[in-house]
Amino acid sequence: MSTVKLQIDGREITAPEGATILDVTKSAGIEIPRLCHMEGLTPNAACRLCVVEVAGSRNLVASCSFPVSNNMVVKTNSERVAKARRLVMELLLSDHPLDCMTCEKSGACDLEKYAYELGVSSTRFEGERHAYPLDESNPFIVRDYNKCILCGRCVSACNEVQFVGAINVAHRGFDTKVAAPFGRSLLDSTCTFCGQCVAVCPVGALIENTRRFQGREWELDKVATVCPYCGVGCNIELNVKNNRVVKVVPLNNAAVNQGTLCVKGKFGMDFVGSPDRLTTPLIRRDGQLIPAPWEEAYDLIAAKFSQIKGESGPDAFAFLSSARTTNESNYMMQKFARAVIGTNSVDNCART
Amino acid sequence: MSNSIAELEDAPLILAAGTNTTESHPVISLRVKKAVSKGAKLIVVDPRKIELTDFATRWLRLKVGTDIPLYNAMAHVIIEEGLYNKEYVAARTAGLEEMREFLKEYTPEYAEEITGVPAEEIVAAAREYAAARPASIIYTLGITEHSCGVHNVQSLANLALLCGNFGVENGGVNPLRGQNNVQGAGDVGCLPNLLPGYQRVGDDKARQRWEREWGVELNPRPGITKVAAIDEVLKGKLRAMYIMGENTVVSDANANKARRALEAVEFLVVQDLFLTETALLADVVLPAAAFAEVDGTFTNTERRVQRVRKAVEPPGQAKADWLILSELATRMGYVQSYDHPSQIWDELARNTPILAGISYGRLGQEGLQWPCPTPDHPGTRYLHKDVFPSEKGYLQMVPHVPLAEPPDDEYPLVLTTGRRRPNYHTNTQTGRARGFDTLSPHEWVEVSPHDALEMGLSDGEEVRVVSRRGRVQAPIKITDRSPAGVVFMSFHFPQTTLTNALTTDLHDPITETPEFKACAVRVEKLR
Repeated sequence: MSTVKLQIDGREITAPEGATILDVTKSAGIEIPRLCHMEGLTPNAACRLCVVEVAGSRNLVASCSFPVSNNMVVKTNSERVAKARRLVMELLLSDHPLDCMTCEKSGACDLEKYAYELGVSSTRFEGERHAYPLDESNPFIVRDYNKCILCGRCVSACNEVQFVGAINVAHRGFDTKVAAPFGRSLLDSTCTFCGQCVAVCPVGALIENTRRFQGREWELDKVATVCPYCGVGCNIELNVKNNRVVKVVPLNNAAVNQGTLCVKGKFGMDFVGSPDRLTTPLIRRDGQLIPAPWEEAYDLIAAKFSQIKGESGPDAFAFLSSARTTNESNYMMQKFARAVIGTNSVDNCART
Repeated sequence: MSNSIAELEDAPLILAAGTNTTESHPVISLRVKKAVSKGAKLIVVDPRKIELTDFATRWLRLKVGTDIPLYNAMAHVIIEEGLYNKEYVAARTAGLEEMREFLKEYTPEYAEEITGVPAEEIVAAAREYAAARPASIIYTLGITEHSCGVHNVQSLANLALLCGNFGVENGGVNPLRGQNNVQGAGDVGCLPNLLPGYQRVGDDKARQRWEREWGVELNPRPGITKVAAIDEVLKGKLRAMYIMGENTVVSDANANKARRALEAVEFLVVQDLFLTETALLADVVLPAAAFAEVDGTFTNTERRVQRVRKAVEPPGQAKADWLILSELATRMGYVQSYDHPSQIWDELARNTPILAGISYGRLGQEGLQWPCPTPDHPGTRYLHKDVFPSEKGYLQMVPHVPLAEPPDDEYPLVLTTGRRRPNYHTNTQTGRARGFDTLSPHEWVEVSPHDALEMGLSDGEEVRVVSRRGRVQAPIKITDRSPAGVVFMSFHFPQTTLTNALTTDLHDPITETPEFKACAVRVEKLR
């Protein structure tokens, strides 16, 4: 691969030809604020927050899409750049509700983060604001158009990550909005409710229905684990408050799923906290399953297993283990069958 | 999988055989779609017009249960036209000449008669597969859930052997597994003929290793499978069953027979999260902790061992599966005293060569792919790099096997079963997730426009589906996803539509896997 030599903030840097300025600053450890950019996807160059100064260029350029070239001189933190970014932020806030005190995204919102970093708390541009109703037309994803900054991340994710293409940018000018074809509900589109759009939304425009009013972002305990559904083994982060799973987030740096999930992994965890869960052992008495203490259940099983083993030997037993529980639990099942009962008749559902 | 999930993205060609991966493992399908977007060829082999056909560069719509003649004919073309990887075949495989002779009759024209796939399509697919360096094969239950499942896999493996696709990056023959830890359950020895790490129970050395670890003498005779166990109960030979996390009474093929057996067994223990249809038949039900409530590991379809971490407390008195089993063992006089599942893992790993280098401390975020024999081994992304376990890769001469239960005048349609994206198995988990009933409210029978017209059925009409073993009701959906002569149902709604009352327990003689993918049925109007 051929390389180019350029200067960024006074540093001499060698970079691969074709890389964008943002790519190069990232590997050089220079932080540039951005709202629409996503690693590996076609740049939207929509938010303009990532502008930088390039010597010889009349206008500031969007670093996310501007390729580097030989002898280029880039300034990422000049006063001109800072002023432009503050202006961009003010323009974004001119049509964004400042209701961070009840916004589910607060604490994890990129707009909030960069407004803070740029020191922009209000806007000089008072004009027409959108007043869309909340879109609650499906059970999984709540869309608040008033918070949408039209960065296009959700559209890119749907098209280029999930290859579903359920949404796109519709209309023009002030009426521009992200929508399913003909403005229909996502339920009437090709949407599979994988939640990729929610995962990439930088603001509170797309929120999991399950997490609404369940706790502020900073109150949630985050535990990295593995999805319990199919055999892919997607890495997920369970967000927990008061012993309840409030939402599920795909882990971006996971080798397996790289920040993606499907509807089951994203929205299918209610079973954990279901009121239908078994909470005590049950023993059949007079045809009915009756709650019983563990000791009693263990005693009954041990007595009955010993009796059957004594009378008919270990071949009178079969153990069916579970493809849904852990390796350690499966290991214990076959150890129990082999070492305690003395049979190799232990199987799992792989064959059925 | 012989190779890894990430490698699919860089395969120049993917042959997707009997795998509705966009619905069964959606996140793997993203890699397939990505590969296509980067220019890869995608050959989809499936009787149903699954979503993946939208991304396919070639779709071979074979008749249900005719995989072997199709892949044999592709192998025939590859050999006859000299397209195979000569160096690789000479160095790493055995049986080419016998294979050439055996495949003489499997001409593309002969295969067309059986499979319904035009001969020129078979030839083109064979040439494309052979030209790709390498090509990856992915498959799922459309291959294995047949009474010739093992031979189906072998006929696919022949293609990979001929073209040098085993032991290379981005190639391989890759079963995509349907459940979070079905790989691990087998890896750690929940198989009647194999100890942990696929060591045979009849292998004295392996058995002695475990006898030393466990301090007991072990039974050298293989046990019986779960399929055979149902028969043994009905014969009165099996008296006790212990079922952990399986809703077998509705997920087994020929479910009415499974129910008769579980009703008949003298003593049944079921350990689960919910009072499932199976738990309702138990003598003792034990409440288990869910994945979010335990520490441990799952092993995914690419042999990657990953850490499962406790996030919430289990409800009431529910306990981790491993803890229940060790407490019960102790109660029976075999004292177990683990404080944490990592101790169980260590006991497993130190006696299991393929896992010996893996410990909780090494797993981190990425996990490790076995074989990982030593603590400094990086894990294995793809198998068989330099040598096969059997030294040579043997080309297998597998003849066509007709359906175990072909359609006839009385039962003129083939029922094939599978999954839908918003549902998982018998819906004990997804059925309790808010909103999922909006996406998938109930079962339906997918009927081709041709058959619907023939039978005078209208879309949404409730029908009765009848096989030799049972009958169920569900509304129909008229869709060109089904080819003429084939109806499709899932097994997600056993309470209202017990699809497995229809399926046959006729099975593959080696794995005992039933032919879930084909049984003969008829569809009856209700009035």
